[in-house]
Order: sequence, then C-alpha cells, then structure tokens
Amino acid sequence: MFALVDCNNFYASCERVFNPNLQGKPLAILSNNDGCVIARSDEVKSLGLPMGAPAFKYKQFFIDHKVHVHSSNYPLYGDMSRRVMRILERFTPDVEVYSIDEAFLKFDGFENYDLESYGHEIRKTVLKWTGIPTCVGIAPTKALSKIANKIARKFPKETGGVYIIDNELKHLKALKWTPIEKVWGIGYSLQRHLIKKKCKTAYDFVQLSDLWVRQSFSITQWKLKKDLEGVSKIEMEQIKNKRAIATTRSFETTLTSFTDIKERISTFATSCAEKLRRQNSSCHMLIVFLRSNRFKTQSKQYRASTIVSIPFPTDSTLVISTNAVRAIESIFKKGIHYKKAGVILTGIVPSNNRQLQMFDHEDPRHKPLMSTIDRLNNKYFMKKLRLANQDLKRTWKMRQAHLSPQYTTNLKDIIKVK
Amino acid sequence: MNKRNEQILEFFSPKSPRDVSEVIYFDTGISAGFPSPADDFMQQRLSLDSELVKNKEATFFARVTGQSMIDAGLNDNDLLVIDRSLSPSNNRIAVCFLDGEFTVKRLKVKKGEVWLQPENKDYKPIKVTQENDFIIWGIVTNVIKKV
Repeated sequence: MFALVDCNNFYASCERVFNPNLQGKPLAILSNNDGCVIARSDEVKSLGLPMGAPAFKYKQFFIDHKVHVHSSNYPLYGDMSRRVMRILERFTPDVEVYSIDEAFLKFDGFENYDLESYGHEIRKTVLKWTGIPTCVGIAPTKALSKIANKIARKFPKETGGVYIIDNELKHLKALKWTPIEKVWGIGYSLQRHLIKKKCKTAYDFVQLSDLWVRQSFSITQWKLKKDLEGVSKIEMEQIKNKRAIATTRSFETTLTSFTDIKERISTFATSCAEKLRRQNSSCHMLIVFLRSNRFKTQSKQYRASTIVSIPFPTDSTLVISTNAVRAIESIFKKGIHYKKAGVILTGIVPSNNRQLQMFDHEDPRHKPLMSTIDRLNNKYFMKKLRLANQDLKRTWKMRQAHLSPQYTTNLKDIIKVK
Repeated sequence: MNKRNEQILEFFSPKSPRDVSEVIYFDTGISAGFPSPADDFMQQRLSLDSELVKNKEATFFARVTGQSMIDAGLNDNDLLVIDRSLSPSNNRIAVCFLDGEFTVKRLKVKKGEVWLQPENKDYKPIKVTQENDFIIWGIVTNVIKKV
C-alpha cells in the first residue's frame, strides 16, 4: 500500500503556526519579488482569488476583503518542510519527498496494520509536532493514493483528513469521481486528446485498451493506467540529482548597463555553482539568457540566449562565472531595458566520476578553494564571501515588502513570549 | 554561577549545532612513532544540542520578554527551548497563544478548569474560559540564559 501525505495550503499554514492570529483569516502568499499569488488559504480561495493573480492588479481586492498578504519566506517553509518529512520517516522507511509539501509513503510488510488509523496517527503527529495540517490518502498504488488524498481534502468532515481506498467499491467510486484533468500526470495536451475520445473521468481512462494507450501515448501513460486500475506500476523514486540547475530572476527594476547585468549574471552563476556542489555534481555546459520586459510593449524588445560548453566538467564558481560572463558579453546589446536574466547549468555528471582529460583540466587549486568558500558562507549569514565582480553591498536581492520573520532559522527572529 | 563552576566549564568543548554529525577524526597517522595511547578512548564530543533538543523535529525556540515568570527562573531575554511533541499537563510550563499573543506561564489544571499561573507575585493567575482564543503551543523544556 502507498500513502500520499499532502500539507494543506502549506505556505499559509507555516505562517499561521508562528502567527496564530492569521488562523481563519484570508491569507495570500506572493512569489519572489512579490509578483503574484502563489499560495492561498481556504478563506481566500473561497473569496475567488485565483492562483497566480498578479499582486498589483489585486491591490484593491486585498484591501476590500481584508486579505493578509505575505511575501514568500522560503527559509521558513524549507525548515518546516524538512521537519514534516523527517516525521514521516518515522512511520515507514520508504518515503519519497515529492515536493516541498507532499510525500509518498510506501507500506511494505504492514499487512497487520490498520492503515486507516495509522494514517490518522501520522496526521495527528505532524499536526501536533509542527502545527501543519495535512491530508493522507492511502491506496494500493501511487496514482490512487493521489486520488484518495484529494477525497480526504475535499471531505474533511466525513474523512477526518484521511481516506483509504481498500475495496473495489471505493476504488470505482473514486475513479468515477475524478475528472480526467485532475488525474496525476495528465497534462493539458493529453487531456485534450482524451476528451476527444470522450474520456472525461479517470474511470473512462481505465476503460481504454492497454494497446491503444501504449500506441497513442507512451509507457508513462500506460503505467499510469495500470496504477489507476490498482496494479502498482509507478514505483517509489530514489532521490535523483537534478539534471539541470537554474537560477533565473526578474530584476526589481529594469537594467540597461552592462556592468549591472554582468554583476547579476555572476551572482546567478555563483548560486548555480553552489547548488551544483551541494549535490556533488559537476557540469560541462551552461546556458545564459537575457530578455527585455515583454509586458512593456512600447519599448524595444530583445531576447537572446547562448550555450557555452566547458572543455572539462567543473563545479568551480570561478570557471562557471567566468564562462557565464563571457557568454553574456556575446549576447548583450546596448539600449535595451532588460528585465530578466538567468544561468542554467546542464550536462551534469557526478563529481566523483569525472572523466580524466588529456589536455584540459581544472586548476587543482579550485577544489579546496570552493570547499572553503562553501564552509565560510554556510557559517556566516548572507553569503559574505563573493567574487569581486559581484555587488558586495547587495545583501537582499528580492522585493519582499511583506516578509514574515525567519522564525526557525534565525535566532534574532524567533517568537517572543510574554 | 560561581567562579569555580566557570573554571570547570572551561574543560568542555561543546560543538556547534551545525556539525552534529561530526565524529572525532583519528588523525595520528599509521607510520612511524608510537600511536597515541588516547586513541582507544576517544569518545564523541559533548553536544549541547543533543542534551537540550530531545526531539529535533518538534523543537522550537522563543525569547522571553517581561517579568511574569522570574520566580521560575525565566527572565527577560532568556531563550526558551520548546518541545511541541510533549503533552500538556498540570504544573508544566507552556508557551500558549492567548487572545492574540504568545505568553509563557505554568499550567494549572484543577477541577476541570485551566489556569495560567505566573511565577511573580505581582502578576495574577489567568483563568482560561470558552471565550478565550487559546492554544497551548508547546511545552518549555529548558531555559538558556546569558550570564
């Protein structure tokens, strides 16, 4: 059996743990740079605020409905997520962290357990220890546990936040209840294709022939179909290292000078290289891109990107940053108001089995230098050690006008009690 | 803390919470010379983290403001270690959320009534009723103070 544990309105719930005054009130969380709404409490959902709503368009809406608006506080969400996942690992050795707020659990050898009450225990423990409410869906396959989770979420009173699909009747009801576009892994184009086939629910989908599904789509959709039938084909994933690492940002204001752009690119490259080293990988290709503000249609539009290949796999900030800056030089054009840029690393290989090169190789001094930089930057807040082409004064790169304190990751920010 | 105690404390070298996974590295080499006789007796360094934090996932910190708990040793600006996994019971010191703000008090449960008992004779106990907006947020396990 599998379970999907999903945190309810995770970002909003994190804020509420440390600010219980927000309990029961409409709460919206904004994306990086306070651009658009990326998380909503139930109260604000029922007011009709859509996901992804641009904050500037809804200013009046927020005032009219007394919506509490917060900037995203990733240090807090990241820490709370880690706590939740660690707690889940106490309930089974098989946990796949699927995203910041959801995880699959596999129960092998739990035949003598009453999994429904086990689910309630999981929910209760996470809630008590962290303050984060969750829903638990339990079923014979991963795809069905997703559906069971949706049922638990939709009917909190009837289910108490836990739903188990453990007989054929529940299985059929669940499939018929689930519209095709809500099935896990059914993308938009697939959905259109299936609706043409008069396939409106998960139930309709499993009625299609295996052969047709395999021929029209791919092995992935066939596995999904089997999973929905109750035959487990989608396995637990091991933690995979990322195959591409990106740091891309919209600037707070448009930038025109090459010096400014160069600084940003160097900072993005540095941040990518740090992520790369954190997963013990190296890369031998990088992509940089640059573009103007596509919403300001009256000003001159420009977008460009370029790929650089590095002759040897590297995880050195120096090599990556130098190459990124050289690449941006080649695509930079004067007289454009730039709004967004990014660095993407690809061609990623594990650092410990890099291929030896006959002629090109990295300066061997980089490796100890990088580990020293990482150690010092971890020790001191806000990345004190930087490359000289990075802006040393810049300490906070995001617009976060409504940021809550870092309650769990900074001693200066912990809650105060009278 | 008196002078003698401070001197005793100097012999300990607690490690920072960051490197909890750190183990002692036996760096005496294998070549010439007599091996250190202490190697066989190496033990983990003392960790304040593992002493103060029994349940990492459920542990949070808070800062005391005010004087209401001074007789229990909780002074202004002290650091509280809070374990949310512990169950509230009579006489435990708890961080509660009461009518819009966090407060730390001793829990008194008698005859079905819940009281928040300050530890300072200038403060009055608070009776918690249905009308209050009340959450027991976590149980205080340790107080850390600068001296």
